[in-house]
Amino acid sequence: MTDHHSDIDPVSGRSTTGHEWDGIKELNTPLPRWWVITFYLTIVWAIGYWIVYPAWPLISSNTTGLFGYSTRADVAVELANLEKIRGAKMVALGAASLADIEKDPALLALARAKGKTVFGDNCAPCHGSGGAGAKGYPNLNDDDWLWGGSLDQIMQTIQFGARSGHAKTHEGQMLAFGKDGVLKPDEIVTAANYVRALSGLPTRKGYDAAKGEKIFAENCVACHGDGGKGNPEMGAPNLTDKIWLYGSDEATLIETISQGRAGVMPAWEGRLDPATIKAMAVYVHSLGGGK
Amino acid sequence: MSFWTRHQIFEKNSIILIVGILLVIAIGGLVEITPLFYLKSTIEAVDGIRPYTPLELAGRNVYIREGCYLCHSQMIRPLRDEVERYGHFSLAAESMYDHPFQWGSKRTGPDLARVGAKYSDDWHVTHLTNPRAIVPQSVMPGYPFLSKTEVDPDTIADHMRTLRIVGTPYTDDQIANASADMKAQADPDNAGSDAFTKRYAKAVVRNFDGKAGTPTEMDALIAYLQMLGTLVDFKIYNEKANLR
Repeated sequence: MTDHHSDIDPVSGRSTTGHEWDGIKELNTPLPRWWVITFYLTIVWAIGYWIVYPAWPLISSNTTGLFGYSTRADVAVELANLEKIRGAKMVALGAASLADIEKDPALLALARAKGKTVFGDNCAPCHGSGGAGAKGYPNLNDDDWLWGGSLDQIMQTIQFGARSGHAKTHEGQMLAFGKDGVLKPDEIVTAANYVRALSGLPTRKGYDAAKGEKIFAENCVACHGDGGKGNPEMGAPNLTDKIWLYGSDEATLIETISQGRAGVMPAWEGRLDPATIKAMAVYVHSLGGGK
Repeated sequence: MSFWTRHQIFEKNSIILIVGILLVIAIGGLVEITPLFYLKSTIEAVDGIRPYTPLELAGRNVYIREGCYLCHSQMIRPLRDEVERYGHFSLAAESMYDHPFQWGSKRTGPDLARVGAKYSDDWHVTHLTNPRAIVPQSVMPGYPFLSKTEVDPDTIADHMRTLRIVGTPYTDDQIANASADMKAQADPDNAGSDAFTKRYAKAVVRNFDGKAGTPTEMDALIAYLQMLGTLVDFKIYNEKANLR
């Protein structure tokens, strides 16, 4: 035990650790000198980091480092650079009116490209990646608009939403005629069939068209208009086209009339900047149904 | 012993090695963690941050129970692409009442730090029930049972008391009214909703799951999701004072 530190392996001439298993001894091969030097250099390098980057906590603050680096300042610079890359055209987009954007091909192309990207991030979860919509979420490719399909109307809807709680949001909702006891169940069935007839869909046997017309005139015309052509002022859909937000089968229509509908679109003002909202309006308008 | 063989002291004496390890780890903790508890710059001074309402807290418990954090982060990093996509980077203050925090470390789904008010309640109900009904390419599991499971308004006060022990400033008033507040937030017709909104600034009262009756886990989870990232008003937030 006392002198095994000085054991020298006769074959290699190296010292051993003194550990022995069945006559085999473990060589004490040190780490290569270059490796150890590199290791100590990394420690010295770390001290450099302490000096130039924020590192040590103090009593009431921390060392800020000679470089004055800050992740938060950095991202602000990055965003400012991004604005520069996007350039004067983006500024022009923010300043131009919607009508001017439509007239200027360069601005129009920019607005559509920007709008498409932002649509994917923000609108696609409800309206679908191509704007085709889903049950309860309007298809943006058709020319049927709940709240109007002009550039200004689309922008207003994006800015303030529908029933979003924003002070300037679109209000108005489909009342719950069954739940609130306005119509009796059999009257609701008749009304549902009348609405189906408006779009030329078949009605159930024994449906009384005259009674349906009377119910419609007394309860529905106020919002959906004479003949059910709809009213974008109130978000009341056109009932005579073949475009349905919730479905045209009798069961869905009965549900709609008895429970009411009040789909919500969030307000985007504040979340997206004005130029982006403008670009969105132009993009959505260009999807195929803009008026 | 030459300079190049000094490390052998640690390698040949287990006690010295243990003492050395303890020393290094203790300094690491003392230097890197302890100051965060007393440095004022750790958490930004911002207006608007409040503790979770009882219903939001119950929703947060559902969020943790279902392991939402395994696929969704709640941390918008100060990087250009993240700020472009999700909005202002997350502030420490925004998770100051999170015990434990839900920053997450993996994004199979999108970051949720600012998902509040981004989609409608209806959307959340449909999406949580069956994500593919509305996002065809989604790989998220459905959670249809949330609509059928009622939350227990009677245990939430205990949870709030526990959170108070670790530093969430719930008042006695808030704890005493926890169960009533929970019902009030999910029912706009409830007589207690005015008192509730007085106790919790900027809290939203809505029938989140669209169904009448006792609040369900769906109500709770949507109430929680709809408030995420909405408390700080970045129009009045002082960017310069909070550079880090």
